[in-house]
Amino acid sequence: MQKRAYFGLYIVIAVLAVLPLVVPNSFYLDLAIRMAINAVIVLGLNLLIGFAGQISLGHAGFLGIGAYASAVLPTHFGWHPLLAMGAGAAITGLLAAVLARPIFKLKGQYLAMATLGLGIIINIAIRNEAAWTGGPDGMPVPAMGLMGFELTSDKHWYWVVALMLSVSVWASINLIDSPFGRALRALHGSEVASQVVGVDVVRYKVAIFVMSAVFASLMGSITAHYVGFVTPNLADFFHSIELVTMVVIGGMASVYGSLIGAVLLTALPQALATFEGWETVAFGAILMVCMIFMPKGLVPTLAAKFGKGD
Amino acid sequence: MALLDVNKLSIHFGGVKAVQEVSFSIDAGIVYAVIGPNGAGKTTLFNLITGVYKPTSGEIRLDGESIGGKSPNELATRGVARTFQNLQICMNMSAIENVMVGAHLRLDRNLLKAALRLPTLTRRDAEMRVEAAELMRFVGLEKYIEARADSMSYGALKRLEIARALAMKPRLIFLDEPAAGLNPKETIEVDDLIRKMADSGITVVLVEHDMKMVMNLSDRILVLDYGKKLAEGTGEEVRRNPDVIAAYLGAHA
Repeated sequence: MQKRAYFGLYIVIAVLAVLPLVVPNSFYLDLAIRMAINAVIVLGLNLLIGFAGQISLGHAGFLGIGAYASAVLPTHFGWHPLLAMGAGAAITGLLAAVLARPIFKLKGQYLAMATLGLGIIINIAIRNEAAWTGGPDGMPVPAMGLMGFELTSDKHWYWVVALMLSVSVWASINLIDSPFGRALRALHGSEVASQVVGVDVVRYKVAIFVMSAVFASLMGSITAHYVGFVTPNLADFFHSIELVTMVVIGGMASVYGSLIGAVLLTALPQALATFEGWETVAFGAILMVCMIFMPKGLVPTLAAKFGKGD
Repeated sequence: MALLDVNKLSIHFGGVKAVQEVSFSIDAGIVYAVIGPNGAGKTTLFNLITGVYKPTSGEIRLDGESIGGKSPNELATRGVARTFQNLQICMNMSAIENVMVGAHLRLDRNLLKAALRLPTLTRRDAEMRVEAAELMRFVGLEKYIEARADSMSYGALKRLEIARALAMKPRLIFLDEPAAGLNPKETIEVDDLIRKMADSGITVVLVEHDMKMVMNLSDRILVLDYGKKLAEGTGEEVRRNPDVIAAYLGAHA
């Protein structure tokens, strides 16, 4: 399993390296960047949902904290963007850690409701603090730079997110096949069995929740700087659902499923633009068909079909 | 001093008194059986001692230290292992990974080191994989070393649970109906396995309905009925106890 997993990583790196040479124009490069950003978030979320078996319907909220930290702190307080990004991640991590203890005493639909509520509260806070955040209209984000070099062109951004994605895939594969990762998967498979062998289940759930929240926050900051503008829509409920959908469609507990899910669901609305007013309907129909015929998600289903496992 | 001391242990679920004022003690190194009719409270007793349930009242001491109400993962750090009557196997993992999870507390569980794949951690993990394969051979699962857990038979999964428990290197192991649902050949194999475990110095406590197995293996037997202790003693003492005969065969027998 491990050898095959690392083989997949080489393919990902190869594709990422070749992609900018073959994309016909900047529209596709932009699309590739947004796919890669989503892929990193979905990887983190899949560790929580697919591997540890815990749901979060509020992850866009964490993304929003990162994005707005990168917008607000440099604009109003003159912070360096990198420092702001770190602060956003730290705030997110702290918030997730403090809230996770009570939240992870809950299970199933209660956990879903608690995380849903958390995401909505963050979104409301962003919308209401108009003096700082620009309210529903959003606000511009200063450019990201380091030592006089400013990240402005899409090419630069592409290499930054491609590197982040490669590292995330590598780290995820490593984590899954480690004592920590096995404990996560075990508490998903049988919570009581994992407890009696010594897994402190609440601690592990909290740890992976915090980690996936920090992933989302960091990518929120990246999105903010890349787009140059943030709006509260980034942090809204529908975005949370979209991220969970990417996990489920690509395949729960599948690293490469996360990538495929992020790529497909980022591209699909563009591909469906020809349907004009009906694109949302077409989008929903495709998701339903996927779930009916491939309830385990694309990658696990196809892997099982071709007898390779994951 | 006994390894495990249970004193007037009770648990009530609403009005149901599942275990009532049960007292007994288990010396280190023996095989101890808990028997009784269905619903006597045997599994509940296991759940109490291994921390899955919190007792309503009473005391549990391991090596003299009070452990009543401690969580299962705390008890694991004290060398208490168990298997389950209704299998608790992680079907989302391979067979050998299930065994490796048993060694959770013996491995480096650091998240950052794992994500960065530090050589110290992966080397230890590779050694553990070898040890887990050895444990699978020990319980007679050599042909499942490469298998997925969800492809294994019921009897094999029962033994996989034992291998997982052994990976903890426990002092005290609780086996909840290790022979239930097994065919006669498999039962004999599990019988041998329990004897091997006891010989290696692990104190074994088992719940079992197979009387032949119980009488063969056990140094001492505790009989429960309706949550109460009916009798306790060696196999011979228990067999002759009139209360036990009445409970098993009916009062007029």
